[in-house]
Amino acid sequence: MVPGRSRIVGDSPVRKDAFEKVTGKARFVDDLSVEGAWVGRTVRSSEAHARLRAIRFDPAFDWSTVVVVTAADIPGENVIAAIADDQPCLVDGVIRHAAEPVAVIAAPDDRTAGEALRHVSLDTESLTPVLDHESSDQALKSYEILKGDVERGLAEADLIVEGTYRVGHQEQMYIEPQGIIAIPRQDGMLVQGSLQCPFYVHKALTRVLGLAGDEVVVAQTVTGGAFGGKEEYPSMIAAHAALAARKAGRPVRIVYDRREDVRATTKRHPATVRHRTGVMRDGRIVAMDVEVVMDGGAYVTLTPVVLSRGTIHAAGAYRCANTRIRSRAVMTNTPPNGAFRGFGAPQTLFAVERQMDRVARALGLSPLEVRRKNLIGVGDTTATGQLLTDSVGAREVLEAVATAGNVELRHAELENKPRVDGAHLARGLGLSVYLHGAGFTGSGEAHLRGKAAVALGRDGRFEVQVGSTEMGQGARTVLAQIAAEELGVPLDDVDVVTPDTSIVPDSGPTVASRTTMIVGSVVREAAAALGAELGAAYPSLELRAAAREHAIERGPLRVLREYRPPPDVRWDDAAYRGDAYPVYGYGANVVEVEVDLDTLQVEVTRCLAAADVGKAIHPQLVEGQVQGGTLQALAWGYLEELVLKDGRVQNDRMTNYLIPTTLDTPPIETILVERPYVRGPFGAKGVGELPMDGAAAALASAISQALGVEVDTLPATPERLLDLVRGSR
Amino acid sequence: MISFVLNGQPVSVQAGGLSRLIDVLRHELGLTGTKEGCGEGECGACSVLVDGQVVNSCLLPVCQVDGSTVQTIEGIGGDDLDLLQRAFMEHGGTQCGMCTPGMIVAAKALIDAGGAPSLDDVREGLAGNLCRCTGYAKILDAVLAAAAARREEAT
Ligand code: FES
Ligand code: FES
Repeated sequence: MVPGRSRIVGDSPVRKDAFEKVTGKARFVDDLSVEGAWVGRTVRSSEAHARLRAIRFDPAFDWSTVVVVTAADIPGENVIAAIADDQPCLVDGVIRHAAEPVAVIAAPDDRTAGEALRHVSLDTESLTPVLDHESSDQALKSYEILKGDVERGLAEADLIVEGTYRVGHQEQMYIEPQGIIAIPRQDGMLVQGSLQCPFYVHKALTRVLGLAGDEVVVAQTVTGGAFGGKEEYPSMIAAHAALAARKAGRPVRIVYDRREDVRATTKRHPATVRHRTGVMRDGRIVAMDVEVVMDGGAYVTLTPVVLSRGTIHAAGAYRCANTRIRSRAVMTNTPPNGAFRGFGAPQTLFAVERQMDRVARALGLSPLEVRRKNLIGVGDTTATGQLLTDSVGAREVLEAVATAGNVELRHAELENKPRVDGAHLARGLGLSVYLHGAGFTGSGEAHLRGKAAVALGRDGRFEVQVGSTEMGQGARTVLAQIAAEELGVPLDDVDVVTPDTSIVPDSGPTVASRTTMIVGSVVREAAAALGAELGAAYPSLELRAAAREHAIERGPLRVLREYRPPPDVRWDDAAYRGDAYPVYGYGANVVEVEVDLDTLQVEVTRCLAAADVGKAIHPQLVEGQVQGGTLQALAWGYLEELVLKDGRVQNDRMTNYLIPTTLDTPPIETILVERPYVRGPFGAKGVGELPMDGAAAALASAISQALGVEVDTLPATPERLLDLVRGSR
Repeated sequence: MISFVLNGQPVSVQAGGLSRLIDVLRHELGLTGTKEGCGEGECGACSVLVDGQVVNSCLLPVCQVDGSTVQTIEGIGGDDLDLLQRAFMEHGGTQCGMCTPGMIVAAKALIDAGGAPSLDDVREGLAGNLCRCTGYAKILDAVLAAAAARREEAT
């Protein structure tokens, strides 16, 4: 292959799983028929906080026809292994949130299981729940990032601008609800299901079941969307299914219906963010003082790392010499919040982007001018003191949307348009620019050392073996492209195996925009090493021929590699200073809206999304990520609202928790910017989460301009807008 | 006994008349290409064609298809893929794939109606099918491309 000339990377071949998906042949968890499998259902609390005195089983039901699992049946530890190990698998003593699992019932069929469920009741003594994160004093984690001298910066500023921003929960609403099948085996337990992180589930199961690592096998089934929502909760469902399967002595399937999924599984953390920004008359920001409070819900789960990412991103894509970010996550008696695309960053980036608009207004500058003046670039340092040296596309993405959206002119035009009495429509334009750290935070990748293998099979074809999962984003295709490109063989010669913990090495979880960039770089190394070995064995042959010869004459060959963190990436976990991420992706949005002045319904009429992804390995998939993520961000901004009452989710259906339909969706014009990252495979940086970070802020900004108010709380529902409009009169 | 033509083949099922069509398809007849995303008529993952019309099979009692023609994703294309399926593959119209069978079924009704659907026609025609992954853009591209290819084939 000619060096530097790529044929597979940068092209958009048909994705590897397309055929099975367009024909309906793809087998999702609920499509698998497993001989003799029973159905599992979960008994849940209806109260947010209570002491559990007893579980009552109505004698009117014939309990000999089913199997019941309670905390007393757990052979190992009653814990879902996570950061703090504080969440029980089944309540034993104290209920800490509504919909918390208390028992599992397995029955031969749906009807019997449902009947049994109706004959269980909980004898409880109510306790007083904490429901509001702003008034919770139960902090579960806090961080402080300090740079320069924020008090001095504020004292020297010409002007101090203050703002408080609030965002609510967001439900992932993958179209495939969660589900797991547990199959007892002579030597342990096999678990199959819809999940993001097979090794997380594996670890959780060994703890709950008290089994050794090799006695538990976790295999992924085709996964119908995840967005972070299948990062941690599958461990819970797998534990329930496995416990029931163990007791019943037969396979047990637990597949949630939509309502149970929405009520029980993790969501995006609600947050409150306060900003005090010191600015000079010329538009320069000299001090940023930020305070973040996130609602962790009832258990620690992944909250410390969500808060960490949110904290690090709280200063946005701006340079500022004096920065202080203080954050804390608190507990409430609501279902635990967890991973959702963006992982804390969308919350704090929303706040900083709205704050920039406020700064612009205070200075009489346009939103574009204030961003141009303060935008981070090569040679600048982030809030944690990370010096940016290369692959910084911040300015390119901002200018790309500014040009394509004709922002200077459009914004001024809409700003100066006289308000017409009796008009029924108001228009506005909003802008945002942001960054997203790719890969784990801080020393995460160094600790994890994700592994990947590339193998030559007996048939002369290649196989990528990773724990990274395909959940729709296209990992299977992209990782195959990387290996094929590196080996110099056609894409068809390379497959990516379905993750199964007994076969694949632990590449780390499929999260944090790390799969293409981090795991992809390890795949590339493994492929290069395998190619070199084959080349050495048959120096006179082309690689493909060498592979065939090797397969025939010497058999299969496998090369395993692990991630080696670059030596110059330094992070101090105690001080929270240093290189928070190996590199950042950059994004920008322009959103235009029309607001109906009678109903205050918002319509997004235009949306631009630029993303600096380093190198688009598969441009069509990258565009798909940008379009899908941007729509989720827009919808979080005005459509999606989770309603809790007494800690219970009130809108647990698709009819009352709305996600966008085709009719709510504007064309999302994507612009891909490629500022290669030298250590990413072929220059690629992570892209999965970036598109979730900025569209809500641009939307809120556009609505603000349209109505002449400041939209500081999401979602911007007609009810909220009415209050704002009334308040501004 | 309820009898209908399923993907071109006559079938008879013993199921209770109030059983949902989706359950009969998936559990009795083993056609798991039809998906359940909500069970209440909101997501369209369970879309099938009954006498050429798109319906949500999660809402339909099976007795209502007695004597009708039912087409599911398994009945579209066969080994030789349908234009629509090829267009979804080429244009990136599927990501996780959970909405895809329903989308293709709904789009099939739209395309079979003939004519030259506009972007707005397609948006309208797929408004009952939710996708959480794609942002719809590439699904719309795929359907428009398939409609154009169909017209080309016809001429
Ligand atoms: S499952 Fe039928 S519409 Fe959602
Ligand atoms: S592709 Fe995942 S829901 Fe449409």
